[in-house]
Order: sequence, then structure tokens, then C-alpha cells
Amino acid sequence: MYQYDQYDQKMVDTRVEEFRDQVNRRLAGELTEDQFKPLRLMNGLYLQLHAYMLRVAIPYGTLNGKQMRMLGHIARKYDRDYGHFTTRQNIQYNWIKLEDAPDILADLASVEMHAIQTSGNCIRNISSDQFAGATADEIADPRPWAEILRQWSSFHPEFSYLPRKFKIAVIASDEDRAAMRLHDIGIQLIHNDAGELGAKFFVGGGMGRTPMIAPEIRDFVPADELISYAEACLRVYNRYGRRDNKYKARIKILIHELGAEEYIRQVEQEFTHMKELGLNPPVEELARITGYFADPPFEDGASDDIDLSDPDFALWVDQNTAAHKQAGYAIATISLKPRSGIPGDASSAQIDLMADLAEQFSFDELRVTHSQNIVLPHVKKSDLYTLWQKLDEAGLAPANLDLITDSIACPGLDYCSLANARSIPLAQKISERFADLGRQRELGELKLKISGCINACGHHHAGHIGILGVDRKGTENYQLLLGGSAAEDTSLAKITGPGFSEDGVIDAIETVTDLYLEQREDGERFIDTYRRVGMERFKEAIYG
Amino acid sequence: MKILTGNDLKTGDVTWWTGQDWSRHVEDAVDVEDHADTILREEEAARRVNVPYVIEAEQTEDGPRPAHIKDRVRALGPTVRPDLTLKPADPEAGNWVI
Repeated sequence: MYQYDQYDQKMVDTRVEEFRDQVNRRLAGELTEDQFKPLRLMNGLYLQLHAYMLRVAIPYGTLNGKQMRMLGHIARKYDRDYGHFTTRQNIQYNWIKLEDAPDILADLASVEMHAIQTSGNCIRNISSDQFAGATADEIADPRPWAEILRQWSSFHPEFSYLPRKFKIAVIASDEDRAAMRLHDIGIQLIHNDAGELGAKFFVGGGMGRTPMIAPEIRDFVPADELISYAEACLRVYNRYGRRDNKYKARIKILIHELGAEEYIRQVEQEFTHMKELGLNPPVEELARITGYFADPPFEDGASDDIDLSDPDFALWVDQNTAAHKQAGYAIATISLKPRSGIPGDASSAQIDLMADLAEQFSFDELRVTHSQNIVLPHVKKSDLYTLWQKLDEAGLAPANLDLITDSIACPGLDYCSLANARSIPLAQKISERFADLGRQRELGELKLKISGCINACGHHHAGHIGILGVDRKGTENYQLLLGGSAAEDTSLAKITGPGFSEDGVIDAIETVTDLYLEQREDGERFIDTYRRVGMERFKEAIYG
Repeated sequence: MKILTGNDLKTGDVTWWTGQDWSRHVEDAVDVEDHADTILREEEAARRVNVPYVIEAEQTEDGPRPAHIKDRVRALGPTVRPDLTLKPADPEAGNWVI
């Protein structure tokens, strides 16, 4: 894992003291709320429905046990004993007191963490593949590149006041676990025909009120020019993005209006100029950063055998572990979607336990996924049973990864001031309706995603089944969408028709899954059957 | 009726204008009729409330009930965590929101 150098630490410590002063001035009445609001947002502090909410950055979703334990400490000391892991691989606390915020940031800084650029019209936390550095299917480890992008984008003077927020994802395998093409910039590391490392750039994706899949704008950027190319992409956006209209200010709208061809032309022109400026990190710096992401000391010859005689454990292994690049090891995903639970929530005790388990079983590494789960990336197969037992005791062993109850849900109207409808109760009721694990496994991979408003923090556009909560004359109403995907077969879901009540939409989901079971052919996932059969057949089943 | 709400500056707690002060309980809210703007201006300037605004509410036997569900969620707390609401001992409290 990357470790702060003196510059990183100084920047973060300085920011803490700066914010402490700003909070004191606000509390003393020297700053109005209008003056203070942009300052607190730059430090991830929102004012939500019930209290201040603090969003803490977890760079590309990666953290160690000490950092995770600090997240538990903050939940216990400053909040109400829990945290909420988000679809941006971050964590949010819902009950923060303004007067505590500087101390929380100081605590975070003591473990090389912060809340900078988790809000505002800047480049947000870089996201990546939660299996990075562990999976066998990547062509390189994307984390060093995510880290370089993090350093480049942190406090970037030119990109601190963009037309709108800006999200970047980096992956390094053909299988997309990071919703890469639904980011403002999606970067896929690849090798060219000569075997050189570089990146394919996709620009102009996103969800929100106008969902778009990012078009490919360059098939190969040499790795050592990646930063210059990203800078060129941002510069064109910063120059021409619609600052006059918040709803048309994202880069996806600019590219849609300009046309990809014209945007590419301008980026290439800018790129030619950028290359003359020497912005790319020196080779020594690339090597220094890459060095932090070296493999941990795996045990050679570790056994691939797993005793699966405990049937519950066997189900968990089958559902929640993935192939590791190192023989004798597995990637284990801890589902934060217990029956009737709140997707992404974890108590301080659970957070502490996950920190302990990472130290004990995963070379002190954890990852947060955009699906609101936690990954232990390097677990020796011979340790899996002990790990599972400890997780199970703490309610952290649902064997439902990628199944219908592993739903994504935004905080919705229970917490969020932007929401129009509640998301979490719906996720809980679906979890109850489909509680039978045998039934879930019969349905197979089914990505269900729920948003409480059109801003789409719950990724409903990318759900095999998506749900969008809307306000219909003061009453919560839910639109059902089908056919989305955030994976390498990225697609946007379409609305089935008129919306439903809370119970009505759950019934409709059951109708849809029943039809899938009736119609599916060998080996088809829900999304495959939907794509083959088409929306009309599903609409008929739902609406008659 | 029209009632005033906002958040406490220090804690962020949801508060309601009682006619003299700010309470955490919506039951204490009073009808401000046409005086909202003056009260909001004075109270925000004195930092007794943060980001206050006026909402429509209905007077009921149990006190004012905000017209919009968002403000009812604010008044009670998250419906998915009854233990964190203002009425943790009342299992039916969430029905008031819906």
C-alpha cells in the first residue's frame, strides 16, 4: 500500500488546521453559512436531513487495518456507532457535530486519511477494481496508476473549480468490476501489439439524470503519458463545460453536444501541447510509487485444498470468494447485506473486526467495493474456514455476493436531503422477500440497484433490475428499470412503465424474476435472458 | 399552518421554532403565520439556527405534522433505524412519517 511521504502528510495536516480555524470562525459568527458552506464541502462535510454528514475518502477503495480501525473509532467516538460504505468506495458518517469535525479530520490524518475532494466540483476520489493486485485476470496492477492520478488530482490548482464534479476509474482487466465506462473518465490499462503498457481512455460516461456510457476516445495512450492525456481531457472540459447550467455541466453533456469526434480533436491538440510541458511523473517517481504495491510475501506452495464439509461454509466459498493470482490464496468478499440489513452499513465493532481479520488473514489489506461490500484480497485458502467462522459470528458472512439480495442502495430519504423517496426500506423488504438462499442462487447473478432520486447514487441505471424512487404528489413512488449493467457489457436500464408503490414494485420484481426463470436458456443470467427476450415480454408480464 | 425548521449550528440537530426558542421536537412548533421571514432573519443572524426555512404543516391532535414526507423524516429520524429516532420506544412511530 502507498504510504504518505512528508509532502502528503504536510498537505493533509495543514488542511486540518486550516479547517479548524474556519470552523471556529463559523461558530464565532465571523463567517456566514453562505461563506462557510463551500469551505466545509471542500472537506467532505455536508448538512443532511438529520445532522452534518462527513464523507471520508478511501483512495481507490484501499485501506489497511490501522486505517479501518480508525474508521471504527470515529463511528464510536463521534457518530452513533456505525458507518455507511458508499458506492464511491468511501465511507460516510451521518451524525457528525460541526464542533467535532476538525478533531475527526485530525484523527484521520494520523492514519494518512482525509475527506478532501469528497465533495465539490473537483476531481473526486479515484476509484478502481477492488480485486486489483490480487486477481489473475489483470494485465498490470491498476493501483499505482490510481495513486499517481490521486496525487496529480489532489489540490490540482487548475481543476479545483471545474464546471461540475469529476470521477475517474482505473481498471486493468477485461472484466470490469468498477463500472469504468460510467465514469467521467474510464481508464483501462492494456498492452499494445508491441507489448508496451498503456491505457485505453473512455470519456464522458456517468449516471445521474442523463445517463451515458463513455465512448472510447483513444485506443492507446503510452503509460508514461497517461497524466498528460488525462490533463488534456480535463483542460478541454474545463474550458468548454457548461458552467451556466448545473444540469448540463458534466463532461458527458459536453461530449454529447460537441460530438466525440470534435472533442477528440481538441483533446489531441491539447495533448500535443501538454507533452511539451513535461508534466508526466519522472521514471524514478513511477518506480517509487509502484514499489509500494509490490506483492505481499505469499507462501510458496500453499495448498489449494479447502475442506468444504461444512455446507454453509461451502456456500460462502462458492459465492463470496474469487480466484487469486497466487496458488493457495483466494479473494474473499465480506457482504454488508445481511437479511433485512441496511446495505453498506457496518457497526464500529464490525469495522474493528474486519480490521483485525485483515491483519490476521490478508496481509493487512482491505478494499471497499462500489457495491458497498468489503474485500480481503489475499486470504490463504487454508485460513478461509477460520475467517468465515469469525465473520459468521459477527453477522458478516451472508453468502449472497452478486445475488438479488446483494443490492446497492443509496441512503435515500432516510438520510439524504436530495432524495425523493426512501431506498433502504425497499432493499430490506426485497431482502426479506428473497431471503431463501436456495432461491437466490437459483436466480443466479442479479444486480439490483436502488436510488432514491434521479441523481442515481444507487446506480439504478446500471442495475440488471433498477429501481428509482420518485415523489408523486407527496407520496413515494418507484419506477422499475430493466437491462442495465455496470460490467464490461455496460448498458443502461430502461423504465418498464408506470411506477409502483413500495409493495407493488417488489411484486413486480417477483413477476420479472419468475418470467426469467421460465424463459431462461442454459447458462443464461438474468441480464442475458432479458437481452434475448426483450423488454416487451417483461412489460406484458408486469402490466398485463 | 406554517412552521419554521432548521438545524442547530453546532450539532446539526433538526430544530423547530417554538415561538421563543428552538426545540428538537416538532410537537413544540408554532404557527408563524406571516412572520416567517423576520424570525428567520433574526434567528439565523444570532446563530441560534442554521439554514432555516418555512414549511407547510397540518395541526393535529398530536401537534403539527409537516406536509411533506421529507420534513416528517427530519422530525422523527431515519425510519430504518427506530433506535436513532426521537421515539425509540414507540414501534409505531414510523407510521407517522408515512
